[in-house]
Amino acid sequence: MIEIALALIQGVLAAGVRAGTPILYAMLGEIVSERAGVVNLGTDGAMLMGACFGFITMAHTQDPFLSLLAAALAGAGISLIHAFMVVTLRANQIASGLALTFLSLGITSFIGRPYVKRAIDGIAQWSVPVLSKIPFLGPILFRHDILVYGAYLCALLIWFFLFYTRGGLVLRAVGENSSVAFAMGIRVRRVQYLAVAFGGICAGLAGAYLSLAYTRTWVEGMTNGRGIIAVALVIFSAWHPFWGAIGAILFGTTFAFQLQLQARGMTLSPYFLDMLPYLFTLFALLMGAKMRRHEMPEGIKKVFEEVG
Amino acid sequence: MKNWSLAVTARMILAGAVLGALLPAIPCRADAQVKENFKVGFIYVGPKDDFGYNYEHDQGRIYLEKNLAGIEVITAENIPETAEVERVMEQMIQKGAKLIFATSYGYLDSAINVGRRHPDIVLVHAGGFKFSPNVGTYWRYIYNPMYLSGLAAGKVTKTNILGFVAAHPIPQTLQNINALTYGARSVNPKVTMRVIYTGEWCNPAKAAEAANTLAELGADVLSQHQDCPRPVVETAAKRGIYTVGYHSGDLQRFNEKGWITGADWKWGTLYVQITKDVMEGHKEKWVNRHDRGGLETGQIDIAPFGSAAPKETQTAVLKKKKEIIDGKYVVFQGPMQDNKGVVRIKEGEKPSFEFIETMNWYTEGVVGDVPK
Repeated sequence: MIEIALALIQGVLAAGVRAGTPILYAMLGEIVSERAGVVNLGTDGAMLMGACFGFITMAHTQDPFLSLLAAALAGAGISLIHAFMVVTLRANQIASGLALTFLSLGITSFIGRPYVKRAIDGIAQWSVPVLSKIPFLGPILFRHDILVYGAYLCALLIWFFLFYTRGGLVLRAVGENSSVAFAMGIRVRRVQYLAVAFGGICAGLAGAYLSLAYTRTWVEGMTNGRGIIAVALVIFSAWHPFWGAIGAILFGTTFAFQLQLQARGMTLSPYFLDMLPYLFTLFALLMGAKMRRHEMPEGIKKVFEEVG
Repeated sequence: MKNWSLAVTARMILAGAVLGALLPAIPCRADAQVKENFKVGFIYVGPKDDFGYNYEHDQGRIYLEKNLAGIEVITAENIPETAEVERVMEQMIQKGAKLIFATSYGYLDSAINVGRRHPDIVLVHAGGFKFSPNVGTYWRYIYNPMYLSGLAAGKVTKTNILGFVAAHPIPQTLQNINALTYGARSVNPKVTMRVIYTGEWCNPAKAAEAANTLAELGADVLSQHQDCPRPVVETAAKRGIYTVGYHSGDLQRFNEKGWITGADWKWGTLYVQITKDVMEGHKEKWVNRHDRGGLETGQIDIAPFGSAAPKETQTAVLKKKKEIIDGKYVVFQGPMQDNKGVVRIKEGEKPSFEFIETMNWYTEGVVGDVPK
């Protein structure tokens, strides 16, 4: 009985890490962007761009690194349009982000059409030597592909950047109060452009993970709204990369848990189980809103107040 | 209306001018255009290149274009099963379509609505229980090749666990799950089947994770019933386990090493038959009725065997296939009980097509209950 329970937990957590990876990439990007005071609801669109262009590059070059680069650039490209709209032209952040999501859906459906039938080699699993042999934890954390490890490395680097470097301080200053930052001589717009572009790079990688490693296929709209979930979970993370990682794993775990329940023959409606990850997101939002509202960058509050 | 005719007139003048210029140069071209082609519409719910359900209908469309002269085809892909499809049908009719293939299960009510407005147009719909004076349904029982694939899968599996990724618990899917399980257990009674529903016809990442989950629970043969089948096949390849294909034999290339066989649509000859009959004024053969068939039609088949299927198993499967074609064997026949021990088909009973097409139970060996 205990063995079965342990196997279940191990399976669900390993799957949670896998399924949480695209969410984590997208979240990390959004954390950086929002820390600089720009909400980008176009994250899902940037993911689609990354998934599509990463796949196309892989189909032509069979080079994983070139493909990841293409994915990152595609994500950054579409996000820079958002930056131009909201930083330079002062357009509404919510509207611009949503519009770009649909624009990306259109672009990728159109450009990606001939690639739906293409086969690629994909990014293979690479078990970390020694570490993957650790009982219980090994299979959960260290038997994935490099993009999964990359996501956690990213979380670490972003945490270090945000809280232990001058650049991070500047970025946070811009997000907290752009006029004060400006008065201090910080080039606010440049910082925001960079932050949004970085967010796009991360979202592009999130998409590339879906098309190159996870499914090895390209189909239009293949993110199925994961980018939107990532943006919502940023609030749960309180704009902190570590909480972001936890949120992503928890979301992935809820997602994987319902698949496990089904495969084990538990008699619950799959349609009910399907709601679990989203219920979790709502719950996380509620908790996040209650516990850590003061963490919200001041600049972001304005975005929502403008709308309301 | 005025604007429209104006635009048309302008376009016609322009076209006339162009034609006039070209006419002396290519007279035979102009002759051919005098006789108008018979226009046929095809509507797909998903992308036609995904090696899945829509891909196979589109292969049928390609076959039709190659093998029947005097036709012209209009296609529309990614059309949701909503009022949107009625709009697409109306558009096709405006462009001159006389026959429309509505290939997704949820288009039936729309087909009947549109058919009522255009009594001279013929609409044929894949599956379903309704028809009207100019709407009919067609379907081929693909659970037959699934059963045959089960005979092979039961021999190939080492863990005795099969996994199935499905979109929705609808009767067609349950027929496939049951036939595959029943076939596998008839050669290996230790086989069990585990099923995951993704709740969506195409959610690639979720299908991939479902496949991973099944593999981690010990399944070493994966099959499926959803519209974009590649992620499940790719996941099986990645994990070094076996595949029973569904929809298309062309999926083999994505798991060469682990390919056993599978169920394959061959819509082409049916589409030629229907189009020819309607062109020749015999629409009564296809409307106001349900057209059903099995392996004997040649419009479904088992996919080519892969290296994973042992030679003697291949022979046994082909023998059984012949028995089914000759009518000596029927997959769903009595006695058959569900996974709770309730007798569903009594000894000596051969169920009606309504019974098969409303199937809502799992056969012995499938783990769990059919979701409500």
